[in-house]
Amino acid sequence: MRWYRWLAVLPAIGMLGGIPFANRVTPYVLGLPFLLFWIAAWVVLTSAIMGLIYALDQAREHAAGSPTP
Amino acid sequence: MSPALLLIGASFIVALTLGLCARRGRAMTLEQWSVGGRGFGTAFVFVLMAGEIYTTFTFLGGSGWAYGKGAPAFYILCYGTLAYGMSYFLLPAVWRYANAHALVSQADFFECKYESQALGIVVSVVSVGAIVPYLVLQLKGLGIIVSEASNGAIPAAAAVWMGSVVLVIYVVASGVRGSAWTAMLKDALILIIAVFLGTYLPVHLHGGFQAMFSRLDAAHPGLLTLPARGMSSAWFISTVVLTALGFYMWPHTFGSCYTARNERVFRRNAVLMPLYQLVLLFVFFTGFAALLEVPGLSGAAVDLSLLRATERAFGPWVLGAVGAAGLLTALVPGSMLLMSACTILSNNVYAKLVPGTSDARVAWIAKALVPVLALVCVLLTFRGGETLVVLLLMGYNVVTQLFPALILSLTRAPLVTRHGALAGIVAGELTVMALTLTGATMSSLFPSWPPAITDLNVGLVAMAVNVTVTLAVGRVGKFATR
Repeated sequence: MRWYRWLAVLPAIGMLGGIPFANRVTPYVLGLPFLLFWIAAWVVLTSAIMGLIYALDQAREHAAGSPTP
Repeated sequence: MSPALLLIGASFIVALTLGLCARRGRAMTLEQWSVGGRGFGTAFVFVLMAGEIYTTFTFLGGSGWAYGKGAPAFYILCYGTLAYGMSYFLLPAVWRYANAHALVSQADFFECKYESQALGIVVSVVSVGAIVPYLVLQLKGLGIIVSEASNGAIPAAAAVWMGSVVLVIYVVASGVRGSAWTAMLKDALILIIAVFLGTYLPVHLHGGFQAMFSRLDAAHPGLLTLPARGMSSAWFISTVVLTALGFYMWPHTFGSCYTARNERVFRRNAVLMPLYQLVLLFVFFTGFAALLEVPGLSGAAVDLSLLRATERAFGPWVLGAVGAAGLLTALVPGSMLLMSACTILSNNVYAKLVPGTSDARVAWIAKALVPVLALVCVLLTFRGGETLVVLLLMGYNVVTQLFPALILSLTRAPLVTRHGALAGIVAGELTVMALTLTGATMSSLFPSWPPAITDLNVGLVAMAVNVTVTLAVGRVGKFATR
């Protein structure tokens, strides 16, 4: 079972679920108003999460001895 | 000769040359022409898919929305990101099936999966109906950006004609390879220009990002957050969800996934593409800086905020470079749209209505349709009035209606019948039309409900009708064999 693939739902939950709470100007983070920072941070996290899933998929397929093309 | 003319002229010529070189002695069968012989690696698929995000709409519209609306513009950054996450699972499944059955268009996929020619034709009609206004929008954008960047030295109409001629020549000659080559150049230019403008304007003119945002917040309170009513959090979340679902349902985007060499291309791209989205931050920064620099634009003119701010800060050379980049942002998606529509019309409509058409003839007809459709779009660009606006408003909702039937066809055991898929799509599209033509919103449909409901994107209604009908009709009768 590729349980780790469920990690892919985190970006949707985090980015969108947090909108009502992150909808504010302060504090500024990295020069960005908080709402924009929140979204940009989740964009970066999405990439990291998908990277993790990719790495785990690769490792698993490699271990199984039948890497998909 | 003015700098703008020189740069814009040069980019026309480079785009044409690249487009023609891309052919490189290949015999252009339909499979080569539409899907590049399914031989593209990560980089080409990346720029093709990115080509569809950085259109004239995002370049001018993204900064225009930041300028005119503020925080609601951030939705553009969200939906692409979520769609890329989804693509990790969706695109390999689509590609595998398309590869095994030698498919060349999105309509092929539905026709083959559900074994229904009627469904194939319905999806074709939906596809072309959504493509034409979108292509016209690209041409309009091209006209505006070139005429503005050249200070009227190249009139919008002339730019539209020139752009269309370049499009037709390289689409006919090289198909999707031409798009991929031009996309490489376009992405390099856009990246440099967006990051440069989005950094220079806030830092140089306002002493940094935070300083600029503080000044904006003081001058326009509420601009940097979502309002409590209207484009509120509820609007934002529902719009992001709907557009993320519709993202890969655009026929040219769906079709460009067929060009990949293997499945791993999509997985790698799903990791990289969200980061690439961050370029949009700089597009927003430019729009925000423009609001402080060149205030007072309203209505359709907000889309010119990027050009006006550039002109004021830098003068003709940089403005010309922006014009050249803007030209390419219209040509790349324009070529994909044109090619997809012609492939669909020839392969999924003509060849089905005239059984026994040879493959060579299908390819020939598809290419012959390119100048015809381009001419139709040019004329619509000049003449299209209200109808066009309505079609455009519908565009995203129209393609999103294909999502339920697609996702339900990817499960191991069939979940719905072909009749369910067909009925769901038709019911969804009719609802989209009814909602658009009557100008309905959630608050007009459910006036006494709380704002958390009335601010929701009205596209949800069409989606709900679609899913209900798909499941209700799709669970009775004989299931399609797969």
